[in-house]
Amino acid sequence: MSNWVKVAPFEEIPKLGARVVRTKDSEQKEFDIGVFRTEDDRIFAINNSCPHKAGPLSQGIVYGDKVACPLHSWKISLVDGKAEEPDVGETACFNTKIEDGIVYLELKAK
Amino acid sequence: MQKMKLVVVGNGMAGMRVVEELLKIAPHIYDITVFGDEPYPNYNRIMLSPVLANEQTINDIILNTREWYAANNITLYTSARINKIDRKNRVVYAEDGTSAEYDRLLLATGSKPFMLPIPGADLKGVIGYRDIKDTNDMIDAAKAHKHAVVIGGGLLGLEAANGLKIQGMDVTVIHRNEWLLERQLDKTAGKMLQQNLEAKGLKFQLNQNTKELTGDSSGRVNAIHFADGTQLPADLVVMAVGIRPNFSLAESAGIYCNKGIVVNDTMQTYDPRIYSVGECVAHRGISYGLVAPLFEMAKVCATHLANFGIGSYKGSVTSTKLKVTGIDLFSAGDFASGDDIADDGREEIVLHDAVGGVYKKLVIKNDKIIGSVLYGDTADGAWYFQMLRDAKPIHEIRDSLMFGQDSLGNSGHQGQDKAAAMTNEMEVCGCNGVCKGTIVKAIQDQGLFTIDDVKKQTKAGSSCGSCVGLVEQILASTLGGGYAPPSTSKAICGCSDKNHEEVRAEIRTHKYLNIPDAMKGMNWRTQNGCATCRPALNYYLLSTWPHEAVDDPQSRFINERVHANIQKDGTYSVIPRMYGGVTTPDQLRKIADVAEKYAVPMVKVTGGQRIDLLGVKKEDLVDMWKDLDMPSGYAYAKGIRTVKTCVGSEFCRFGTQDSTQMGIDIEKAFDHMWAPHKVKFAVSGCPRNCAESGIKDVGIIGVDSGWEIYVGGNGGIKTEVAQFLCKVKTSEEVLEYSGAFIQIYREEARYLDRTVHWIERVGLEYVKQRVLEDSEGRKAAYERLLFALQGAIEPWSERVQKRAEHKEFETITV
Repeated sequence: MSNWVKVAPFEEIPKLGARVVRTKDSEQKEFDIGVFRTEDDRIFAINNSCPHKAGPLSQGIVYGDKVACPLHSWKISLVDGKAEEPDVGETACFNTKIEDGIVYLELKAK
Repeated sequence: MQKMKLVVVGNGMAGMRVVEELLKIAPHIYDITVFGDEPYPNYNRIMLSPVLANEQTINDIILNTREWYAANNITLYTSARINKIDRKNRVVYAEDGTSAEYDRLLLATGSKPFMLPIPGADLKGVIGYRDIKDTNDMIDAAKAHKHAVVIGGGLLGLEAANGLKIQGMDVTVIHRNEWLLERQLDKTAGKMLQQNLEAKGLKFQLNQNTKELTGDSSGRVNAIHFADGTQLPADLVVMAVGIRPNFSLAESAGIYCNKGIVVNDTMQTYDPRIYSVGECVAHRGISYGLVAPLFEMAKVCATHLANFGIGSYKGSVTSTKLKVTGIDLFSAGDFASGDDIADDGREEIVLHDAVGGVYKKLVIKNDKIIGSVLYGDTADGAWYFQMLRDAKPIHEIRDSLMFGQDSLGNSGHQGQDKAAAMTNEMEVCGCNGVCKGTIVKAIQDQGLFTIDDVKKQTKAGSSCGSCVGLVEQILASTLGGGYAPPSTSKAICGCSDKNHEEVRAEIRTHKYLNIPDAMKGMNWRTQNGCATCRPALNYYLLSTWPHEAVDDPQSRFINERVHANIQKDGTYSVIPRMYGGVTTPDQLRKIADVAEKYAVPMVKVTGGQRIDLLGVKKEDLVDMWKDLDMPSGYAYAKGIRTVKTCVGSEFCRFGTQDSTQMGIDIEKAFDHMWAPHKVKFAVSGCPRNCAESGIKDVGIIGVDSGWEIYVGGNGGIKTEVAQFLCKVKTSEEVLEYSGAFIQIYREEARYLDRTVHWIERVGLEYVKQRVLEDSEGRKAAYERLLFALQGAIEPWSERVQKRAEHKEFETITV
């Protein structure tokens, strides 16, 4: 079964910003995924929860392919969800694709 | 692309520091080969004394393990001494026949101990003190022999003597001068040091010259003879009379040397392919024998090797500490006594408690600290040194200068600021729960040398910053001579080498109006900056070119992007504007209705006399603002926050002025103002000061004849009492003077500087000159502020009206 879901038109994801997608996990518990757009228009999706103290990463400042958590400025890679050294931690990543100008997200952690 | 080849001759602290810096900024441009003539990987040479004193082991002081070299693809040859450089073919040759080609060559050959040219200097048992081998020789000698003589009462000599004493030897220090450490201490402190060391069991012969060393039949030294005809038994002689730059390799290759390898400000030798750093160089005629300057050189050298072509080394001011446990001394700069030198306008402040074993001397010239000697209590050494390096005017704090940084008022540490007196379990950083032991261990284990490294690795001092001074003291006392306080003009962040002032100047000169142009024009290293520089750049653009520069919401912290204050659980707080802290039944009713409608978990009155609705979901913000129909209180902004007021003459029986109306007028006049950091005002109607004007960025106190204006107060991390700026007569003048002050702060402070930090750097005199003496300038600054605030848009109503354009408030549910 395909887990791909439609998120939004590409231009509705702000450049150097993010949108929040609310979904449910396998136990029907709500959780949020941040869908990010970098300056060079790549789209990434990671769990909207910082490995440090669960800060909403989607609200952070996006630069390069990283986001700085709005709570305590941990730097999280959008590519692999890992915290930048010397911090240690990791958050889940999700596949994304763009078809006909629409962003899709695969609801299955990579 | 084929990588270039970088060969490093010298596997010591300077050379490897260059390699580390280079790997940080340009990890892929070189194949790196390192030659070292010692059999060890890079170790922390300044920690040899603690090894000799049984406080650390060799393993403790290794900085880069062999695994580290392998992991970074660096070819390491140890026990390999390079003895020839073929500059024509660009090859180096080692004594064992190994050779390596280079595109760039880095010479970091360090220094050699100077051996006195006296008869017997070549006997067995006569050594210098430079490396692990010397240290091991001393430890071995202590097992078999009894009498040690150290020639030289300098830092190294005393550390060697102390170590040898701990190893069980009978140690005598021979010194040519009248007192010990004459380059670091004045006579008083030198004599105090001698007494303390004598109490530890060391013996001294001062004013003594060595004539020759004699040996036994096996060729080992057994006595030392002096110029005055006396002699002492000696089974081990350590010569610690100085070091000489080791430049024979460079010289033999025809590279220009003059008492060292001559380099320019980019650390390049006369051969453009060859760079040199460390104790072997002569930079502007000076060779350094301490580690701090080497690191500064390394940083510059790395940027040039990385082809960035930026940064230049301009020489160092150094400070020293003696690494003998139980003895605290610190000295920096020029501290020769008035007796020793011709009177040239220098003044001394001296505190001397002979019984308590404390001696402090500050040497001041032209209102600046030029030297300091501290003995017995060195807690403020780093602070004095920072002021010395920054050439900071001291007249404002001169009265309390000698009593240390504490005396300037620093709440929150309960006097726990003597780093050395703290136990390892004591908490240093209250925000992140880091205790002293963790910091010391990180400094030693990970070879940290800068405050930034310590902040990064331990998190201490990385949140509110109030403990940074203490962390710095711990760093300084752990590293000893290896510590160099950061210069205050540091780069804005890792994306650029320009400091805040340079960035501001370029934005003005080149009229950059948006972030991409600014980054491109100033050669930013990163594509789109980072979370540190982007908000700063955005602010600098807006404050320099109001109405012209483009505001970039994505370069603002979330709070300023959504006009609400993010909380730990990702909800927001909403604080509506209530000018001067005055509200109405109608406003209160609306707030109550909104709080119920959106089930706000907490309603709270803030310290700034406003009402805070806490725990609001982001998706509710816009609806809530619509229902409230009140302006944003900017309680989230680096900008004007609140003007706190007392009731004043309208009601209060003591009130002399209408402080409430004055507060409302100020808050309305400066509404929507962005600033380098938050800005808080207060207006009190009489000197009883119920609005707490003494701890605000701008505090105004009504008196019978007008208003007093105070600036630079802060009730936060470090309580700072605002300083008196001036007294004015009318409320129009209050607006003009305080507005001009704030505008100059907006134009000149660094991003994230509160007013107090800015004033601390430029001095209150400067502020007075700009705001009081230069009346034309004051009026112009006030006009510029009003111009910048013209036509400002109220952000909440704007979001309500244009909600379709602000999709970021909507969550997508799937």
